[in-house]
Amino acid sequence: MSHPDKPYIPDRNKVAPMDRFSLAKLLRQGFAGQTGWGAQWRAPERPEAAYDVVIVGGGGHGLATAYYLAKEHNIRRVAVIERGWIGGGNTGRNTTIIRSNYLMPESAALYDHSVKLWETLSQQLNYNVMYSPRGVLMLAHNVHDVQSAMRHIHANRLAGVDNEWLDPAQVKAFCPPLNVGGPLRYPILGGALQRRGGTARHDAVAWGFARAASALGVDIVQNCAVTGLKRDATGAISGVETTRGDIACKKVGVVAAGHTSVVMAMAGVRMPLESYPLQALVSEPVKPAFPCVVMSNTIHAYISQSDKGEMVIGAGTDAYTSYSQTGGLHIATQTLDAICELVPQFRRLRMLRNWGGIVDLSPDRSPILSKTDVAGLYVNSGWGTGGFKATPGSGNVFAHTIAHDEPHPINAPFSLARFDTGLLIDEAAAAAVAH
Amino acid sequence: MRFTFDGADYDARPGDTLAAALLRNKIHLMGRSFKYHRPRGVLASGAEEPNALVEIDRGGARRTPNLRATVVEVFDGMVARSQNRTPSLRFDIGAVNDLLAPFLPAGFYYKTFMWPVGAWARLYEPMIRRAAGLGRAPELADTDRYTQRFAHCDVLVIGSGPAGLAAATEAAATGIRVILCDEQAAFGGSLLSDPSEALATQLAALFANPRVTMLSRTTAFGIYGDNLVGLAERVTDHLPDPHPALPRERLWQVRAKRIVVAAGAIERPLVFPGNDRPGIMLGDAARIFARRYGANPGTNAVVVTACDTGADVARDLAASGIVIARLVDLREGFRVTGTHGRLRVSSIEIDRGGTRETIACDFVAMCGGWTPSIHLYSQAGGKPRFDPGIGAFVPGTEVTGLTCVGACAGDMPPAYRAGVAPVNAEGRAFVDWQNDVTAKDLKLATREGFRSIEHVKRYTTTGMATDQGKTSNINALGIVAGALGATIPEIGLTTFRTPYTPVTFGTLAGLSRGDLFDPVRTTPMHEWEMARGAVFEDVGAWKRARYYPRQGEDMHTAVARECRLVRDTVGMFDASTLGKIEVVGPDAAEFMNRVYINAWTKLAPGRCRYGVMLGENGFVMDDGVVGRLAQDRFHVTTTTGGAARVLAFMEDYRQTEWPELRVWLTSATEQWAVIAVQGPRARDVLMPLVDGQDISAVAMPHMSVVEGTMLGIEMRLFRVSFSGELGFEVNVPADYGHAIWEAIWDRVQVYEGGAYGTEAMHVLRAEKGFIIVGQETDGTVTPDDVGLGWAIGKAKKDFIGKRSLTRSGMTGPRRQLVGLRTDDPATVLEEGAQITATIEDRRPLGHVTSAYGGTTVGHSIALAMIEDGRARVGATLQVRMPNGAIPVHVTAPVFYDPEGARLDA
Amino acid sequence: MKLIPCPICGERAEIEFTYGGQAGLTRPADPAATTEAEWGAFLYARENPKGMHRERWRHIHGCGQFFNLTRDTVTDRFIP
Repeated sequence: MSHPDKPYIPDRNKVAPMDRFSLAKLLRQGFAGQTGWGAQWRAPERPEAAYDVVIVGGGGHGLATAYYLAKEHNIRRVAVIERGWIGGGNTGRNTTIIRSNYLMPESAALYDHSVKLWETLSQQLNYNVMYSPRGVLMLAHNVHDVQSAMRHIHANRLAGVDNEWLDPAQVKAFCPPLNVGGPLRYPILGGALQRRGGTARHDAVAWGFARAASALGVDIVQNCAVTGLKRDATGAISGVETTRGDIACKKVGVVAAGHTSVVMAMAGVRMPLESYPLQALVSEPVKPAFPCVVMSNTIHAYISQSDKGEMVIGAGTDAYTSYSQTGGLHIATQTLDAICELVPQFRRLRMLRNWGGIVDLSPDRSPILSKTDVAGLYVNSGWGTGGFKATPGSGNVFAHTIAHDEPHPINAPFSLARFDTGLLIDEAAAAAVAH
Repeated sequence: MRFTFDGADYDARPGDTLAAALLRNKIHLMGRSFKYHRPRGVLASGAEEPNALVEIDRGGARRTPNLRATVVEVFDGMVARSQNRTPSLRFDIGAVNDLLAPFLPAGFYYKTFMWPVGAWARLYEPMIRRAAGLGRAPELADTDRYTQRFAHCDVLVIGSGPAGLAAATEAAATGIRVILCDEQAAFGGSLLSDPSEALATQLAALFANPRVTMLSRTTAFGIYGDNLVGLAERVTDHLPDPHPALPRERLWQVRAKRIVVAAGAIERPLVFPGNDRPGIMLGDAARIFARRYGANPGTNAVVVTACDTGADVARDLAASGIVIARLVDLREGFRVTGTHGRLRVSSIEIDRGGTRETIACDFVAMCGGWTPSIHLYSQAGGKPRFDPGIGAFVPGTEVTGLTCVGACAGDMPPAYRAGVAPVNAEGRAFVDWQNDVTAKDLKLATREGFRSIEHVKRYTTTGMATDQGKTSNINALGIVAGALGATIPEIGLTTFRTPYTPVTFGTLAGLSRGDLFDPVRTTPMHEWEMARGAVFEDVGAWKRARYYPRQGEDMHTAVARECRLVRDTVGMFDASTLGKIEVVGPDAAEFMNRVYINAWTKLAPGRCRYGVMLGENGFVMDDGVVGRLAQDRFHVTTTTGGAARVLAFMEDYRQTEWPELRVWLTSATEQWAVIAVQGPRARDVLMPLVDGQDISAVAMPHMSVVEGTMLGIEMRLFRVSFSGELGFEVNVPADYGHAIWEAIWDRVQVYEGGAYGTEAMHVLRAEKGFIIVGQETDGTVTPDDVGLGWAIGKAKKDFIGKRSLTRSGMTGPRRQLVGLRTDDPATVLEEGAQITATIEDRRPLGHVTSAYGGTTVGHSIALAMIEDGRARVGATLQVRMPNGAIPVHVTAPVFYDPEGARLDA
Repeated sequence: MKLIPCPICGERAEIEFTYGGQAGLTRPADPAATTEAEWGAFLYARENPKGMHRERWRHIHGCGQFFNLTRDTVTDRFIP
């Protein structure tokens, strides 16, 4: 499509202050017919010829990386190159769960770094991302689940991450719609509650980071696909080829989620990743009927209610790798089996929308936030089914990694090299085995 | 027929939808919009309806929100209610939002409610959540049933209008299997407004054909891979008193060789100021209400049209006795500049070249052109193309196995063919009725930089209501394209997601509830255990007896008693859930050598060995005792939860890595019932039962196996112990498991022994320091970490996982299995508790993996995985609990009979 | 739910099968002789292409056989 965009040449050393949002401005605009709002972020038609850093992928993580590069490291000659529209991938397709009650100290540190940023993100970005710490309750259905939950709770408490055990009566009190004590195939034996966990508005995260990054001079180029990564004689990164022109740059951060393997292959790097379809669905909106986020890993049910009133339900991944962004009906029906077990009064609700995203799974199901063997090439990937919660923290430490060419202490363990050395951060293994 | 709406009593005719019945009763006000709570009447006549959403209450748990009045069929005694209004539909305090509308444009919430920090979740969000939502969720567990069917056919025809009927008739004539489904109660689609003899004849032929399945009230909601179509059939919602055996709804999963989509087209509303008042509806809807249902929407109509459909509609309405106050053709230069009437339209303002005119009316029919229903085509992977002549997208690329026919293929009568209608965006001109999105909102979004239709949709919520934009998407595209100076194809089309219309959760879940949620696996002794009052635990899909409480016993006392039985005399334990794999063939030992860390070549037939298996990543994956029955035959046991995984893992290597090995694998888990008999009197118990088999310590030492008979029944008898006592595991064919259990039980009674469950089994093994995979290990643990380095066949060049054990990351300080003792022997540590070196230190050294009181060693015990644990034996560490730290002493992990003398008894 | 062409049993529903990942990954004949990077690549590096993918399936709830297929990961169609 063609826009009558005027060419924009930002003076990155003296960037105009962001057009601030406020209630007063909203009211003033109310009397003016809301006609005074400008574009929330600049959308150059094509990238410039050169940048200090190019971020491949305009999802939440990529935009956050660009924002923190500009904000915390004063690197403002940054372009975010997005194949489609910002936030159109997993950022806009996930079930928006935020929590940090991970078992491994490395994971808890990474995700809690993120939760702390979530707490003031709306104010930081001057964009209401609707962070809602309404509590994430992870259910236990058998003795092994209880043991696993207790281990998480003890480990989290020692690491300063809130997580507490609720017995069945406390589960019922915290989340009255749950079928506690009912004739469940796998009864609810209790749950681990992280009160600071919750949800946020996914689109707002992408748009808020885009707007704040743009105000600091970052260029966000949409409908622009990366077609090649250029390397110089030493093998180091020297530029990016795109469908809207070539870019010279010394540093590239690849934050392409399900497409990471495809982009990294352009630099000859094979990734320990597989991309799977992940489905989610929502019900028709109803008045408030579900107060918190409930997750059950054992029977695969993930549910919360959006501010609009829809029950937001996470389904499983399909069995095979795919880039089709669709999935089988049986995956959705299995998910609803579990939801109807846990909340049998919701059987009469109706599925309004069912969609798929592409998630990149790493072998230990932990992310990769890492330098690579190619100088100037950095990768942020492998978030699997749970990347949304990490958006600000991921961008924050990844920006540090790119700016310093060294990982931040928080993401140092999440290196690509761990798959050679065996120093995995295996969250899944800790919970998956039944005896 | 009588029904109530918001408590008032009305008449209905058979075949009425709720909307039709209300209109005949002159009720136009049926709902309130989502955001501004504006009064709304019916817009459409079918599943695309955005406004008239109601709750149907059949009593008790059977209350359903958000149903479209245009789809709900009235039955005698039906109770219907409006939604999203307080206190009543006529006087809704939520309508204050409408007064504030200038301050609540699209996306307003992103710009405010941010101060002070934390106020969003505490203050603003609860307010917004209460205001949002439509109907009320049911509060009681649903008592209705839902069922599922699978079907195969040669041709599935979706939609029974003229095109669908023709397709079905033609296909049926060739004698192939045909399924014809239609979302409406009756077949015929648009033909239902003019029922004819020809239609009746055609339907009768289809009904009479045994190869044709006719499904009415059945919505094709999604197309999935390889022509699998999901159909939702509404079975009883229209019946006043359904037979209890009938399900409420039924899910069909139809695999069709060929799909014919004859889904028709949906009329588009017109965008002009005040276009949302009750009484303003689609032209075709007005015609259907008047002609099919005999429910004239009013007496005095204005028809506003952007195409030739308007003339047809005006003619048909006039034929139903309605006065046509005016036919306003926008192509003649007219604009609609406003409407009047609070709860129902009373007049409409039009303008041509500055000449304004107000026309009184009691309803308005809008004809804005037609949008083919390409939802299913698009879901199947088709790429639509824009047809400017129709002003909508039509099927473009071919889709294998799928054909679109009739209006949904863009094949429409000339009167229906019209480009996107002109828009008057002044004032409050609605595009998405339910979500209250106006043309101005869309323009605001484009000014704010939202230019992709996906962005505009998400920012304004247009097309995201429960009708999923069926009436709004094309108009929204047109407005956005206009605002950006682009064409509609340049703006693109949002994805058509499943389902076409909302599908009940229960329909998708079907009978999968309670015990049918997941198959319950029980052992042959399950009934016996139930009768003895066993408390069960779920392990995978299995039910395992956890303990057998006697009168007045809690778990602790029962388990302590069961442990004593085993230590003092004899106990019996149902071990049938353990995985069992028969590994057979000339190369069986070589296969075992490669799969397990242990060496198998020299294991003599008749002997057993404790086997440990790693993943290729070097971490412990499973364990179990393996008996060598013959040179070419191993009886492998696995953990209960790991059985299927281990077999699949072995089979993968057998077929794909080592196809040259002559070895075959068979699951025998469910073929053998396994009874563990453990304790000093175990041999005495079994001696008279084993049909002369010599089971003396000499003939049958610890870790041996014999095949023989027990009471005449085929038997594999293992001398193994997971308790630390003299022990046997009796394997008999599952069908005889219960009988043999009873026979052993009688013998156990002689020695005042008894049964014990998994909990006592756990305590007994922990006293011996035996690990449980999944409890001491967690997928990050090497054999050496849990003290099993000895099991590795040192001479073996390779086995699965061996290479990974020497990776650089595996050589640093590792967590190792140790025992822990507390100062107070009564203190039982908590499993999962973290351990640090000192009270000040926060760095975890490891965690408690198993902890038990009620042991037979006179004090509580615990196992733990501790960094460099074996070097810390004798040290004091701190177990960190919420209310302080508990000092613990690191010991070897074996608390009972470390020499193993009792095993060899 | 896809239909998967088992070479022995014919087309069957996807739920009868397990997916076996990328085909053609051969376990090194002498793992001890591999470098850490080579072994790491064998364990974890995957092509993960957007397009044609040679992959393993097993008809686990049928004949039990492993077999290889080529699938377009964009359309999910199997390519004969």
